[in-house]
Amino acid sequence: MIPFLTNLVNGISLGSVYAIIALGYSMVYGVAKMLNFAHGDVIMVAAYVSFTATQYWGVPPLVSVLMSMVVCTLLGITIEGLAYKPLRQAGSLAVLITAIGVSYLLQNLALLIWGANPKVFTSVVDFGGIRLFGGELVISDEIIVTIISGIAVMLLLTWFTGKTKMGRAMRAVSEDKGAAQLMGINVNFTISLTFAIGSFLAAIAGVLLCSSYNTLMPTTGSMPGIKAFTAAVFGGIGSIPGAMLGGLLLGLIEVFGGSYVSTELADALVFAVLIIILLLKPAGLLGKNVQEKV
Amino acid sequence: MGNKTPLLSATDLHVSYGSIKAIRGISFDVYEHEIVTLIGANGAGKSTTLNTVCGLLKPTSGNITFDGKDIGHVPAHKMVTLGMSLCPEGRRIFQQLTVRENLEMGGFSRQASEIPGSIEEMFTRFPRLKEREKQIAGTLSGGEQQMLAMARALMSHPKLLMLDEPSMGLAPILVGQIFDIIRELHEAGTTILLVEQNARMALSVAHRAYVLETGRISISGSAADLLHDDSVRKAYLGS
Repeated sequence: MIPFLTNLVNGISLGSVYAIIALGYSMVYGVAKMLNFAHGDVIMVAAYVSFTATQYWGVPPLVSVLMSMVVCTLLGITIEGLAYKPLRQAGSLAVLITAIGVSYLLQNLALLIWGANPKVFTSVVDFGGIRLFGGELVISDEIIVTIISGIAVMLLLTWFTGKTKMGRAMRAVSEDKGAAQLMGINVNFTISLTFAIGSFLAAIAGVLLCSSYNTLMPTTGSMPGIKAFTAAVFGGIGSIPGAMLGGLLLGLIEVFGGSYVSTELADALVFAVLIIILLLKPAGLLGKNVQEKV
Repeated sequence: MGNKTPLLSATDLHVSYGSIKAIRGISFDVYEHEIVTLIGANGAGKSTTLNTVCGLLKPTSGNITFDGKDIGHVPAHKMVTLGMSLCPEGRRIFQQLTVRENLEMGGFSRQASEIPGSIEEMFTRFPRLKEREKQIAGTLSGGEQQMLAMARALMSHPKLLMLDEPSMGLAPILVGQIFDIIRELHEAGTTILLVEQNARMALSVAHRAYVLETGRISISGSAADLLHDDSVRKAYLGS
């Protein structure tokens, strides 16, 4: 019972991180219709900013998290404006290759600034965690904060896209840019805003992820980025509830697979489930599949 | 209405898609409180004209003025604040949004406090939309979607309402309803630029008409005259 609960809590925690990253992927895809493969590397930048601030400048951990959020939000807007915006009329292949280019650019800049040696990331939370069932089930403080952050992000985004004017405009742009412009919605601004939100979320994910796993390298963001992309496809790319569901499922499959099947096979299992889901539901679990009425 | 300045005026407008010239030098005017229609065959350039007026397409040359201002370089999303609104071809409502959310998007350029009142106005004019208020727009019937598209375009309280093929794909009884609504909107003071393939209906409701043929205006005049013009009758009215 206790091992099961431990896995469950770990799975939800890891899944929350994937969900937060996947939300960024999915929102950007929904609005800009592009796969931003540099998204994972924004996570890495977030962690390095927090690391540098706490280790070199003596900034308190929570302030360093805020700094990460600001830097990544600006980074997201800058990447979109410099690399993707000029390609708005270009083919999707050109945009995809540019995104991969930006990804390598960020990794190599990190290599240049912080070097190739892994850094030890000190967790930004430290209140000791909690013990349940007479001390048999230990839930670390990182896990508690991660799960709470995951829930908060999901609630806030659901509220934002469902209830606010800009959130609805974002959904309108993701459906039909031309019609959205006719309503008076500034499509370029909406795309920038989406990148800002996505990168802000990546900052949260980066700090949480490195707080749990502690190692930080220029390639730290790429594997979680790819996993989160998988999660977004899982749930139905472009769908916000889909990204949440996909992220959580992915985290749970990875943790339970690693525990009950084999640690080596955990990643293979994740992608096997992805393939099966896509065979059964090509648009993903909550993917949009609306028929046009004539 | 001849001696006033027109609300909308296009002069020697040229529009291309890449190397294909869709519009080859057309000029037309729409005066306040008029219903003007552009008729013509498929591919004559009717929708291209409307999309250029509202800024979704940029003209290669020529001038467009609206309400006395040159709007040739105004981005599409600013047109609605100037007072024009396009109800696009194929309706293009937001299928994933509810009926109410679609209407809210129509009022995007207005103050939030004005929106609920305008939505109520739309519900009075289009009672079916009230019944469907919370429904996802993609689940509406074709006729209801057209009503929603028109209501959405009216949410900005435009001086000029442009309608692109509002009768397309609708049953005859619904076409009649749509044209009744166009008459009502005109009586309420809205200026209307109407693009239609259903030339008979369009000419019966409009004051003036322009006939487009492969990117040029071939005939123009009062709608009543065009209804009785032999070449128009042969080419577009099937008699």
